[in-house]
This record gives sequence, structure tokens and C-alpha cells, in this order.
Amino acid sequence: MREIVVLSGKGGTGKTSVTAALAVCAAKSELPGGPPVLADCDVDAADLHLVLAPAVLERHEFIGGDKAAIDAAVCQSCGLCREACRFGAIDEAFQVVEASCEGCGVCAYVCPAGAATLGPRMSGDWFLSETRAGIMVHAALRMGEENSGKLVSTVKKAARAEAERLGRDILLVDGSPGIGCPVIASLGGASTVLMVAEPTLSAVHDLKRVHALARHFGIPCAAILNKADLCPELTRELAAFCGESGIAVLGELPYDPAFVAAQLAGQSVAEYAPERYEGLFSEIWRRLAAS
Amino acid sequence: MKIAIASGKGGTGKTMVAVNLAVLAAEAGQQVVFADCDVEEPNAHVFLPTVWEREDKALLPIPRFDQNRCLGESCRACLDLCRFKALIRMAGEIMLFPEMCHGCGLCKLACPAGAVADDVRELGVVRQGVSGGIRMAGGLSRVGEAMSTPLIKAVKQSANDAPLQIWDCPPGTACPVIAAVSGADYVILVAEPTAFGLHDLNLAVELVRALGLPHGVVINRDGMGDDRVLSYLEREGIALLGRIPGSLEAARASARGGLLVRTFPEIRAVLETVLATVQERIRASAGQGEAACAR
Repeated sequence: MREIVVLSGKGGTGKTSVTAALAVCAAKSELPGGPPVLADCDVDAADLHLVLAPAVLERHEFIGGDKAAIDAAVCQSCGLCREACRFGAIDEAFQVVEASCEGCGVCAYVCPAGAATLGPRMSGDWFLSETRAGIMVHAALRMGEENSGKLVSTVKKAARAEAERLGRDILLVDGSPGIGCPVIASLGGASTVLMVAEPTLSAVHDLKRVHALARHFGIPCAAILNKADLCPELTRELAAFCGESGIAVLGELPYDPAFVAAQLAGQSVAEYAPERYEGLFSEIWRRLAAS
Repeated sequence: MKIAIASGKGGTGKTMVAVNLAVLAAEAGQQVVFADCDVEEPNAHVFLPTVWEREDKALLPIPRFDQNRCLGESCRACLDLCRFKALIRMAGEIMLFPEMCHGCGLCKLACPAGAVADDVRELGVVRQGVSGGIRMAGGLSRVGEAMSTPLIKAVKQSANDAPLQIWDCPPGTACPVIAAVSGADYVILVAEPTAFGLHDLNLAVELVRALGLPHGVVINRDGMGDDRVLSYLEREGIALLGRIPGSLEAARASARGGLLVRTFPEIRAVLETVLATVQERIRASAGQGEAACAR
């Protein structure tokens, strides 16, 4: 099975708009292997569902790990747990600060009274859904939760199982900004990183870090140059960087208000302005699927 | 005074707002430290060219195993207690997957043979420097490193004594954002008037409400979308601090690392009001706190 992961480093370069347009065009294409199964791995600010309006078929609770609790009735306020906790997760009243607790179990181990215990941490939900562009697995991390990486892995695993069940060959994965925990998790098993680049100095800087990360894991990259006419000299710089680094540039997109208008209409840009974008994204998908 | 700039959605203009506010404060004679808390993709230096004067490695304590002291097959204490699947026994030896380790220290506490010593993993670097009249603090995570929260905390610590601090936070709503916004006197949420912008603003508002942090919203690229964000703010009773008009010229200038307050008087005026309003609100709530103490 092939896995295409859409990344950018910097946020707001157009990952989700590109993913949605590719998904819609891929669903119509008659390439062998059928349309891709979709996975939204931007679990802490997921947006793909706003365009694809999924009908939820299954909902599952996600347990991200453990969290500690201290029973005040049993606690002797000896302070051993506060001293041993390396995450500053126990306050002066010997209550657990949930946002800081990593669920390591040190407090439960050192507590002489048995007041500290660990229990499961409900960290979010994940969904298996049907959309007009096919099957999609997506999730919502509860705010401030740890373990977005583990939720990303859970989403990908479910998407793979669904692809196998349906006999599909490709996963199309919308990723998170950054290069940390959720992004690293979304790269597990990836065959191609599709980088959505924009010609701003910030985005160029950030894209190079994503490329370094992909190289760290030995995953080949392709790129789409978005908002290309915003700053033509930086677009040329991006294209040159891609050329030097062996990154295939699959297409250029203009800085076009149609992208925002499509979003507000709950459509992908390929549906909102098909005369300009359907052919373009279908061709990008054909090249991606063949890569 | 600690002002955090956050957003939920990436690319709404957090860094643009943060650097321009810092410049306005510095121009007004305030001593300002800028903390770039987005250690995965730091961008403030694009707008505020920085001479880094000091760079320190940020290290996470991890265990090292003395196989000669380890009791071997008869003991599984560390293997059974580690909740992060960071330890396995292979060919009779305890092996650590350093990337899985959270550095909690439980294996060391639990080892009956004293076979666990201290080692470190490099998370990245924390650096300090200057950009004109602005002191800069920032971090850069090591490529391939998943943990960023200790690095974010280290960046904030390095700025800790400054009277006015601007914290540029990472996107999202997960643990790195909590680490970044915690302890702020005020959080400015930067939103764009789009469908994704509204959805992710809502998540960010839930987050700062849960943390009990005073907050208000700046709408960036005003006019590019619709007014759903405005009606949301009204409905929820959230302060609208300012609306930055969207224009292709401003987008182009920002793309090249330009400071908008220097070339766009109307944007400067909006951000001057934002800075004054936020500082006034922080002073007012500090005054209330003192009055309450006096009573």
C-alpha cells in the first residue's frame, strides 16, 4: 500500500485545500487501485471535514495513555511524589495538574500511602466516515491533550485497515504543521511526502526543515508550489531548491481568492472552480499516483 | 507583562502580529523580550534579523543501563514499569529506545541493583540574541525529535526576567501550545475570516478558557472571507481587539520578511491600538488583584 502524506512545515500554506481538491479529483479518476482512503492526521486542528462533510459511520473513543490522580482522603502530604515528578505535575495542594501529567507512574510508585493511582486518559475520539470523495478516517483530540502522535498513528492504522478491506492501494493523508510529534507519527509507513510550499521567507525556511525530516526517515518528496504569483522571486527560489534536492514539482497554483470562497462554500476548489482546477488537480493526482 | 500570540490554525498571522507588536513596543521605549516559542518552525528571525549571542543545548535526562549490575532475567522491574514502551530486553541486555523515553526516571527509581545511571538526549538548542533594540529568545528542535514541550519551557525561562515579553506560540491546541501559553497575562488569538479560521479559532478559545487565561481576538486579512468570525465573537462575548485589513501588498511585504508597521500606516494604527488595549487590560487586572489583596 502506498501512503502520500501532505505536509508543509508552516501552517496555512494550503495543505487541507490541496488535500480536499486531490481527494475529490482522485475519487472521479479511473486509475487502477481505485480512489484513495483519506486520513486527516491534523488531529489537534482538523479541518478537512469542513470541506468533505463526512457522514460518521463509526465513532471510537481514544485513550491516549494514563493520567495520575491523588486521593486527598488517603494522601499524607509527605511530598515524595512532588519531589520525584519530573514534569512539575503535582501542585502544592498535592493535586495532579492534568496538563502537565505525562502518566509515567512515578507518583504511584513512590507514594507510601497508595494515594496516587493511574487511570486511563480519554484524549479524544476518532471517526470512520463516508464522504463524497470516499472513505475518510479523522479524529478530534481533546484540547490540550498529550499524545497527538499516538492518535495520528491510530487514525492511520484504521485508514490502512479500511483500505485493505476495500482493496484500495493508496492512502491520502492530510498532515499537521510543524515537524514534531504528530508529523513524525504521520510519517510512519509513508511512501511520499507531498509538500505544499508557498513563496514566503517563513514558508521556505520551514519547508527545508520538513524536507530534512523526510530525508531523516528516507522518504522521497514531491512539491506543489502554491500562491506562486504572490512573490515570483521566492517561487523561483523554491523551484531551485526542489531541483537541487531531487524534489519533483507536480504543479503551480496561483494566489487565488477562489480558495477561500470554495472553503466558505464548503467545497474543494476543484468543485468550486472546476474550469480552472479540476483538470489541474486530476493531472497532479495522476502523477502522484504513478510516482 | 507577558503577552502570548496564539491561533489554533497555522498561517493566520501569529508571527506577523507578534513581531510588529514587539517593534511598536520597542519604538515606544519599552524594554521588550521576544520569545519565539514555535521551536519546530521558528520564523520570528525572518522579520527580526537576529544576532544570536548565546546557544545552549536543551537536554532531556534519559537512563543509561549498566549491564554488569543488572540482575538479568530474574528481574523485570524497569521493563514492567516503563509506560512508554522505551525498554526491551535483547540478548539478555536491557536496551533503551531513546526516542520513546519521556525521561520520567521511573526505571532508575525502581531498579533494585542500582544499574541505571543518567544520560541525556539532545532535544535541540535554546538561544538568546538581539535584533535592534529587541532582545530575542528562541529555540530550534532537533530534526527527528518528537518532544518539544521541554524546549518551549526552556525558551520561556530564558526570557523570564523581562518586564515586557511577547511570546509567539506554535499552531494547534495540543501540549506544545499549552506549554507556550501557560503563565501568560493575556493571550491574543489571531484569526482569519475563513471556514477553517473560524473552526480552529473556536478550538483555541476553548483552550484559553479552560486554562483561565484572559484573551481577545485580532482578525487578520479582514475582508478576504465573510463575517462568521465577527458574529461568533459577538455571540461568545469575546473581545475584538482589532481588524487588520487584508491586501495583496501587505501579503507580499510580509512574504519577504517586511515589517508591516513600517510601511502600512493603517496596519500600524490597528496594531498600536491592540498593544495599548492589551497592556491597559493587563494593568487593570493587576490593579484589581492588588486592590483585592489590600482588602
